Amino acid sequence: MTSGQPEFVTITIDGREHQVLSGEMLITAAEDSGTYIPRFCWHPRMTPVGMCRVCIVEVDTGRGPALIPACMNPVSDGMVVATQSDVTKKAQEAVLEFLLANHPLDCPVCDKGGECPLQDQALSHGPGESRFVEIKRNYEKPIPISDLVLLDRERCILCDRCTRFSREISGDPLIEFFDRGNKTQVNTFPDHPFASYFSGNTVQLCPVGALTAGPYRFRARPWDLLKVVSSSLFDTAHPRIEVHASQNEIVRYTGVDNDATNHGWLSDKARFGFEYIHSEDRLGAPLVRRKGVYEATDWAEAIDVAADRLGLIRDESGGDALAVIGGAHGTNEDAYALSKFARVALGTNNVDCRLGDSLSSHFLAGTVDRATIGQLDDADTILVWGPDLKEEHPTLYLRVRRAAQELGAELVVVHPRATGLDDVAFRKLTYRPGEGFDLVQALDDGRYPDVIEALDADNVVALIGIASHADGPHVAEAVAALVRARRGRSDLLPLNSRANTYGALDMGLAPDLLPGRVGVSQEGVGRLRDHWGEVPSVPGRDTAGILEGLISGEIRGLLLVGADPVRDFPIPALAEEALEAAEWVVAIDLFITDSTRHAEVILPAETFTEKEGTVTNVEGRVQKLNNIRPGPGQTRPDWAMLDDLAHRIGAPLGLSSAEAISKEISTVAPAYVGVSWDLLEWEARDGVVVPLEGESQLAHIPVAVATDGKRENGLSLHVARTMYDDGVRLRHSPSLSRLALGPVVLVNPLDATALDAVPGDSLRLVTVSGEGRFEMVVDEGTPAGTVYVPFNQPGATALGIDSAVEAEVADA
Amino acid sequence: MSTPLVVTKRMTEYPSDSHTIARYEATGGYEQAKRALGMTRDELVGEVKTSELLGRGGAAFPAGVKWGFLAPERPAYLVVNADESEPGTFKDRQLLERDPHQMIEGMIITAIANEAHLAFIYIRGEYPKPARRTQRAIEEAYQNGYLGRGIFGSDYDLDIVVHLGAGAYICGEETALINSLEGERGEPRLKPPYFPAAKGLYMKPTIVNNVETMSNIPHILEMGGEAYRDLVIALDTGTYMISLSGHVKRPGNYELPHTLSWRELIYDIGGGIRDDKELKAWIPGGASAPWFVPDEHLDLIVAKEACALAGSMLGSGAVVVMDEDTCMVRAAERIVRFFSHESCGQCTPCREGTTWMEMILRRIDEGAGRPVDLDLLIDVSDGISVGLQWPPKMTTICPLGPSAVSPIIALRDYFRDEVQRHVDLGGCPFELKSGETRARAPSSLAGAGPEVRGGSTGSIPSDRESAGEGSS
Ligand SMILES: Cc1cc2nc3c(=O)[nH]c(=O)nc-3n(C[C@H](O)[C@H](O)[C@H](O)COP(=O)(O)O)c2cc1C
Ligand code: SF4
Ligand code: SF4
Ligand code: FES
Repeated sequence: MTSGQPEFVTITIDGREHQVLSGEMLITAAEDSGTYIPRFCWHPRMTPVGMCRVCIVEVDTGRGPALIPACMNPVSDGMVVATQSDVTKKAQEAVLEFLLANHPLDCPVCDKGGECPLQDQALSHGPGESRFVEIKRNYEKPIPISDLVLLDRERCILCDRCTRFSREISGDPLIEFFDRGNKTQVNTFPDHPFASYFSGNTVQLCPVGALTAGPYRFRARPWDLLKVVSSSLFDTAHPRIEVHASQNEIVRYTGVDNDATNHGWLSDKARFGFEYIHSEDRLGAPLVRRKGVYEATDWAEAIDVAADRLGLIRDESGGDALAVIGGAHGTNEDAYALSKFARVALGTNNVDCRLGDSLSSHFLAGTVDRATIGQLDDADTILVWGPDLKEEHPTLYLRVRRAAQELGAELVVVHPRATGLDDVAFRKLTYRPGEGFDLVQALDDGRYPDVIEALDADNVVALIGIASHADGPHVAEAVAALVRARRGRSDLLPLNSRANTYGALDMGLAPDLLPGRVGVSQEGVGRLRDHWGEVPSVPGRDTAGILEGLISGEIRGLLLVGADPVRDFPIPALAEEALEAAEWVVAIDLFITDSTRHAEVILPAETFTEKEGTVTNVEGRVQKLNNIRPGPGQTRPDWAMLDDLAHRIGAPLGLSSAEAISKEISTVAPAYVGVSWDLLEWEARDGVVVPLEGESQLAHIPVAVATDGKRENGLSLHVARTMYDDGVRLRHSPSLSRLALGPVVLVNPLDATALDAVPGDSLRLVTVSGEGRFEMVVDEGTPAGTVYVPFNQPGATALGIDSAVEAEVADA
Repeated sequence: MSTPLVVTKRMTEYPSDSHTIARYEATGGYEQAKRALGMTRDELVGEVKTSELLGRGGAAFPAGVKWGFLAPERPAYLVVNADESEPGTFKDRQLLERDPHQMIEGMIITAIANEAHLAFIYIRGEYPKPARRTQRAIEEAYQNGYLGRGIFGSDYDLDIVVHLGAGAYICGEETALINSLEGERGEPRLKPPYFPAAKGLYMKPTIVNNVETMSNIPHILEMGGEAYRDLVIALDTGTYMISLSGHVKRPGNYELPHTLSWRELIYDIGGGIRDDKELKAWIPGGASAPWFVPDEHLDLIVAKEACALAGSMLGSGAVVVMDEDTCMVRAAERIVRFFSHESCGQCTPCREGTTWMEMILRRIDEGAGRPVDLDLLIDVSDGISVGLQWPPKMTTICPLGPSAVSPIIALRDYFRDEVQRHVDLGGCPFELKSGETRARAPSSLAGAGPEVRGGSTGSIPSDRESAGEGSS
């Protein structure tokens, strides 16, 4: 089935002949031919195990009728299948009666009731009565097996879906079957909770209500749910989700199966990241600061106050005195509006959706040989040189894991410490933060022939990003150059963490980019003249430059859009100082944050579940978001506020609706020509990858960089993001906020001994840009000589981007 | 026509030291292994094919054919199944205790034939003494250079590893055994695709054979496949060991002397029913086998085909005899309880169905049976083994679940009235009659091991713990 022409065979199902693909499992071949065979343990994305036995059908392959599980047996020519015979029915009805024998009939209070495969298939294929009069199996119910998931073993039908998922898909087999026979039960190992970043998938997979999710339990009945398909903005791959709301409140997201991105899986962050939407702290009205305190006001006043001062600064000091930071968390339409607002209304190219921890805009947006996620499946070699995908890019993590584990790709992982993919990697290279160049050099010099050989394969996909704050963007560019220089075909996925960075850059939210992957230049702005009029044609400042400009006073006014540099910029002290120094800050946000509290006016924004629009993921795939409920109070979409602000400033943007903006994008942004909402809603529901080849106006030329000065001795500091941190959305999602690690430093046992420290000790860490106290965790995964501080943890002080760090046990 | 003893010959003739390497070599031991080193795979497999040796683990699959199926991929492994846990079966125990070198030589030959350099013996954990004897015999073989690097001075390497089970009957099923050896849960794998000869231990080609099967191999080489085949005993070829237990006067292990009927087995060899009671029923081939009753089966011959035609099997060679005072409900409950307890729990019908059956039977036995219960029991069994026929139409991964319904077939066909009386009387008629509460089902049915220690009253002389065990 892997190559050449698909071969067909003829099988007979219930007296009717069908042509089906040779080698296909009977269960899917039958379904495609219109016959549904019941199933519990079978799942299209996992290895069949043939355990539940409900898919048993009578099949004759020439040796007389036999009972076989349809999920384990491939079709063969001439196969005769009887799904309605007395024997088949007897077998299937028996399995259903057996399953219900011990299943508690607490359906009325079970989350799954109404969308339960056991209920549904008991109705369609079951005997209709239970003759079981004995005492049912009893277990304590339910037991929490992790911070998010509860297990009711009485309801469990032992289908091995959850356990298989954890073994086969997520690679953290923390749940297993225990005991045997009638006492078989799913459980966790003693003292090892089901602490998986993907635990929520098991809840969705469970064909009964045995696994339930804390954040959803008892909150809705399935038949009351309002549902829309959308994409998650908690993950750069934009996994497809269904948003479910009950009584106007979002109660859960579920993963939607699609080949393009997530195969139906979601990280727990993407799955449970909805509580902040209904947080009491969310802004519902515009706030204007008067005499030092925020007062709620109406839109007209807020717009006037915000815009008048921006307009004044522009008139007095020109557009160069204004800047915009943010826009990576919204839709493309909002990003486009922001990009246009900055250029047309503020007259500045000081625009950046990145926060100083990213690759160059040209690398992110202009990589012509960008890989698709799907290409991972066919790769001979996959190189991951950058963040720990499990922490920062969970969808990519699952796809890379699958490619390495199931599809035979050779995986090379390069990172300063242990990562979630090491166990499936064919080669893992570890280096000291800040010394990435030396490793690139060593590879170039042939020091790792096996890696070079792997990179010389026919089909290489390289996922490249910033592994550690100390590395900066240039190591990644050197890696890209190294990979491109190898023999075979190589495609790159440049990685960045904020979810719609790619869309935002495509809309021009960078100091040197205009919509459609066009560089800021005379020619570039010329193309936009019809829609934008005259706008500055010299590249502006990036986020670091903007912050410096605010401190020096060259920049007077700032618009912050869903950005929290005080917590998110690698050198928070600089951000704090800059915002403190700013003359006039206007913020568009969901919350008052450490950054937006510097604003004079805060305009209440909508979340991605409250607006319609498109987004662009890491591979350049454009997908449609759909709204399910309006935002609370007076919240509005960004574009509408920006349009009002521009109007007041006297430079109207002419934006009338998100869809109209989308049409404007598809006229002015070369890469987006032809990408319409209609297309995405009706024809390409999994989105389209906007073309790069030939269309791109950017040529990304990797810079050749000399080796950094090396550290001779002492400890190196590794700072990187984890899945759960103190990001503003997580902070306001109670189920997830408690999962953040807190102020910790992970230290190799050897270094711990050298420091004379024991686990739990408080270590004082000092770098050039900061110092703080961290609780020491001893960790074998962090190599000796490196200490690892997870970035942006609640209660932690930031240490900047330096790799040199002094550590000592702090006095009590 | 009487057949010479084959696998039990040495232990019968030299009861005190048949397990030692000295005795083994003094009686021609290890000569065939040496010869095998000079033979090709084709020759060896051919010889065993000619012998028509049928596997003794229960399924009676031709050993030579199985070897022929070995996939070409290497390494290949050999695994000897000494998990012997089928209630009523205790022959492998005797072979391990009393003639371990015979099996080891069989293993060496089998390994050579199947190009395996690593072999395992999976011994049930409840067999400490057989395990000790086997381990010691292996050590002796290593010391003599019959195992390890370059066996018998050749360039062939072979290692044997003893692995002890942890008390699960299901680990006797060859794919569950392989899982268990790998350190996984002892759960059968699905066939197809996981036929051990194709994808076995560590997904490599693996030959799994029973202890008795292995013990026959040196003899096949010695006497030649054809001569072995023509011994013509119970399984229609070769010889056959029976573990006779239950209510007979002389329970024990017997290597059958000649083709004989069940009547001869029970009354002549077994000495008849204890206390000269009437024979009520017997199990012809381990707890998994459907039962036989005197009216219909007593004059059938003890042979594979004859059993199959009558709807049962010789299985692992465990014959369990039940006298007239045996409560059939309780006997059935014992067996079903065993299987329900030993179910690995993967398949819904086996996991849920056998437990349900056990509950119903227990209720009837305890006097809370309802008139509908026998039909319910039959129908539940039908859901595990559709049509309640032999061989079963299984709804399960392995035959364990369907095995549990064998006694129900007997209740349905022969003992309906007895079940009905339990229901009518609100209790066990045998107990009510005698006023006793002692269980009246052979204890070997509960999987408690042999009813008679060491088969001391059998044809094979006893080997008490005190005799010949030494300090090992
Ligand atoms: C439930 C179950 C239990 C089994 N237990 C044993 C056992 O204890 N010993 C054994 O040799 N075979 C046992 N078998 C048979 C093995 O699966 C396998 O067929 C046998 O070891 C092959 O060896 P043979 O071909 O030499 O008979 C069992 C089979 C089943 C289904
Ligand atoms: S908990 Fe759910 S998914 Fe897991 S084995 Fe039980 S029924 Fe299947
Ligand atoms: S039939 Fe029973 S023992 Fe065999 S695999 Fe299924 S559950 Fe396990
Ligand atoms: S779906 Fe086939 S056995 Fe469960």
